[in-house]
Amino acid sequence: MAPRVFWHQRLTAVANVPLTIALIVIVIGLMGRNHAAVVQILGSTLVALTMLLFIVTSAYHIVARHAGHHRGLCARRDLEARHPDAQHVLLVRVGLAAVFAILKLSFGL
Amino acid sequence: MAEAKTSRLKDRPLSPHLQIYKPLLTMMMSIVHRITGGALFFGMLLLVWVLIAAAAGPNAYASVQWFMETLLGRLILFGYTWALIHHMLGGIKHLIWDLGYGFGPVEREWLTVATLIGSIGLTVLIWIVGYLVMGGIR
Repeated sequence: MAPRVFWHQRLTAVANVPLTIALIVIVIGLMGRNHAAVVQILGSTLVALTMLLFIVTSAYHIVARHAGHHRGLCARRDLEARHPDAQHVLLVRVGLAAVFAILKLSFGL
Repeated sequence: MAEAKTSRLKDRPLSPHLQIYKPLLTMMMSIVHRITGGALFFGMLLLVWVLIAAAAGPNAYASVQWFMETLLGRLILFGYTWALIHHMLGGIKHLIWDLGYGFGPVEREWLTVATLIGSIGLTVLIWIVGYLVMGGIR
């Protein structure tokens, strides 16, 4: 693993510790609630921000090997960098969908 | 001629593989760390499904609520909780190692055991709290 990847993995890992704890607290708060309550909870600013940060940080933590290594951004063009794999693409799409959902809940749309 | 060839092939030494290693706890937890990481990928899909269903409307969210009532749903949620906490504690263990601490023969075993006991204990604790918040087992 490149040193930069190692560092990004560690950074996202450290950031994820409080975010994971917060996620667990949020999910416990959502259990058994009806839809209206869930919308209100997930739409509230602090919860929405936490969820957004968790989704983005976790997604990056999973695919840090490939993120940012596109043509032009990475001078070395090693083999690993040339092929973003299916998991990477899937996570980006899943992450974007989640961000959209959270924003939709926050803005009450 | 063919017999000589097969006996030569059978006599050829094979390179040793995983089976030559005694399964130490640190080794097992290392691969478990990777496996929990993989499981968390699917856990993220579950989480995102819940979020999208909540954003979509009450009908979509009703399927989430139904799933969480089933035994399978609860088992998956329990597994996700454990995978999340075990991966987190394992990650903290790796961060401790990154700083250079805990490499001694006693400390590294203790760290590894603590990761496992901690993850099981915390998962059970979290689920007890969750059920208490919900007002008992429903």
